[in-house]
Amino acid sequence: MKEEKSICCCCEEENQAELIAKINEVIEHYKNKEGSLIQVLHQAQNIYGYLPLEVQKLVADGLGKPVSEVSGVVSFYSFFSTQPRGKHTIRVCLGTACYVRGGKKLVDRLCDILDIKVGDTTADRQFTFEVARCIGACGLAPAMMIDDVVYKQVNPDKLNAILAKYKD
Amino acid sequence: MTKMINLTINGKAVQVLEGTTILEAAKQNNIFIPHLCYLENVHKFGSCRLCVVEVEGSRNLQASCMVPVWEGMKVHTNSGEVRKHRRMLYEMMLSNHPQDCLSCTRNQDCEMQAMGQLLGVTEARFGGDNEKGEVEITPSITRDMAKCILCRRCVTACNQIQGVGAISSQKRGFNTVISPAMELPLGSVDCAYCGQCTAVCPVGALKETDAIDMVWQALEDPNKRVIVQTAPAVRAALGEEFGMEAGHCVTGKMAAALHELGFDDVFDTNFAADLTILEEGTEFLGRVAKALTGGEATLPMITSCSPGWIKYVEHTFPDELDHLSTCKSPHMMLGALIKSFYAKKIGVDPKDIYVVSVMPCTAKKFEVTRPEMMNDGVPNVDAVLTTRELAKMIKQNGIDFVNLEEMNFDNPLGLSTGAADIFGVTGGVMEAALRTVYELVTGRELPFPELHVSPIVGLEQVKEATIKITDTLPEYKFLEGVEVKVAVTSGLKGAKKLVKQIAEGISPYHFIEVMGCPGGCIAGGGQPRMTTDELRQKRMAAIYEEDEGKPLRKSHENPDIQKLYKDFLGEPNGHTSHELLHTHYTERGLYNDRLQEEI
Repeated sequence: MKEEKSICCCCEEENQAELIAKINEVIEHYKNKEGSLIQVLHQAQNIYGYLPLEVQKLVADGLGKPVSEVSGVVSFYSFFSTQPRGKHTIRVCLGTACYVRGGKKLVDRLCDILDIKVGDTTADRQFTFEVARCIGACGLAPAMMIDDVVYKQVNPDKLNAILAKYKD
Repeated sequence: MTKMINLTINGKAVQVLEGTTILEAAKQNNIFIPHLCYLENVHKFGSCRLCVVEVEGSRNLQASCMVPVWEGMKVHTNSGEVRKHRRMLYEMMLSNHPQDCLSCTRNQDCEMQAMGQLLGVTEARFGGDNEKGEVEITPSITRDMAKCILCRRCVTACNQIQGVGAISSQKRGFNTVISPAMELPLGSVDCAYCGQCTAVCPVGALKETDAIDMVWQALEDPNKRVIVQTAPAVRAALGEEFGMEAGHCVTGKMAAALHELGFDDVFDTNFAADLTILEEGTEFLGRVAKALTGGEATLPMITSCSPGWIKYVEHTFPDELDHLSTCKSPHMMLGALIKSFYAKKIGVDPKDIYVVSVMPCTAKKFEVTRPEMMNDGVPNVDAVLTTRELAKMIKQNGIDFVNLEEMNFDNPLGLSTGAADIFGVTGGVMEAALRTVYELVTGRELPFPELHVSPIVGLEQVKEATIKITDTLPEYKFLEGVEVKVAVTSGLKGAKKLVKQIAEGISPYHFIEVMGCPGGCIAGGGQPRMTTDELRQKRMAAIYEEDEGKPLRKSHENPDIQKLYKDFLGEPNGHTSHELLHTHYTERGLYNDRLQEEI
């Protein structure tokens, strides 16, 4: 048992080291190009899944910037996340049209079903739950997206059935 | 060729250089445009919008601090439309600012408050989030972000001026907050505590951590002998707090005020500055001697008087700490002497002595909490007041500072030479050291007019000088013909350049002076607000005037220092000196990753 555990641990560490190495490659590539912080962060997030402080420090050191500046950019743009993200991202539209047609109800119900707050990720890392300000589907209100798929005129009672399709 | 631009401001035809902003153009022509976030020569960001003006032909009002003038531009700085919008902008700013002005440390010293009065705002129509927030208290700096108006002057001071970058703007919109990465506490990151942010904050969001209450308490305690000392730069700026003309030292009045406040002894940090020269000069000669006679010695040696600089280098270059002089900063030396030499002399238990240092500096507040700044379990210094705080105490005590009869410092730790005075200004520590070291080695006076090493005088970021040593005294033969290269910098950005050279192995210098704040201690984080370059020049002139007015100009000539070595310390860098006057440093790392876990 003990041995198994340590092997598993090593795997994870190795995996981590690989990811860090990949991020370092990205940094190396952009190092001397002015104004590439966002680009680097974007790719780092693709590699690592999210941007915890450790990754931000890596980018800061690599690009010769203070980590406070890097964190400032990460926290400014909503598509950067400092929390681990789920396999799928749910975005409920809370643009004006969707809001008046019941978008808020979808949000409340999803919080219940997923047992998380807006912006969080479920414990099983299946879903990250966010809200969006208009996804350009006002005629289909209330709308929501899961990854790239738009769901139109969503009925809160149908949410369980929709989510079931995404569960492993 | 620089082009001139013609425009009219409020109907008045004016001509300014191309690239000038509307605000600057107005100022050059004696037209005042109200502004809050803009700080001349320091910060131009356009966040407060209070400087809006009407420009004919433009659809919207323009932020005059950001918009450059153009040919034929017609500007109205004070139309009804402008006044209406300025007031509204101010009211919106007020809507999420805590309204506890009467009990705020910046009451009557607040740029936002003054602006409200200037604009004639008499009501606050908008209700927003003006709850009090969490206040972070570090040993040096107190952050009250609920009061922050997001002008970002502090971000400029920390990033562009100091090159530290401990704080930046985080998040966006209403959630925006100025803080370290991921909103970590300031006390947990690589902040040097230089306090340049507190020196530019227009409101009560960033300030020094208060020591006034502690000092009042000590003064009221009948069982405590309360002893005060003052740094060289304090006397060059304190008068400004009382409306006195900048550029003159108020040494005598300051000593009188301190006596009147009830301090039992009023000593001078300058005494310890002279002492520092003997300790540091001896250390430097020792290192050079070793290096030139085939031994191993770490050069260049760097001065260690500025605690903001020290914390910075511990974070940023933890592998280069051997370059630092092991000398404690002067006020720590004096504190250690007060609680040993002087305590014995007056027969008081060091535990019953309370030492207060008045400093132009916020980092000194942190410095006194360092565990290595203790001897026999007693801290060398108990409290640090900034120049601003001392001014407050003098006012609280109802002292008529301007009309005080001048007094002297007390003996035996009050006498100083001109070399000590210049510790307060960039280049001064180096000059003071050279005055002594050169004379020690050659038996001749340092060959510069008025003893001022002109290449290292002034506000430039990095200055250097080469001193050729010839005709040495016999015991310093090893220095014959040596060209001693020195560099001086003030501000942490310049320090970074010089230490980077060291880290890369290409530093040409033997001796480097670093002061953490641009201009040196005269422009420290604890000095009267706002420090402009003009004020730096004036305070610098005041310091040199004080130096030139002293009968003794070289530290080794201070008779009380000579006596102290004879009676108590023995010799410079001797055993007692090492116990009391020298220290060691802590490898911190940029993310405090080099700090040993405290168990």
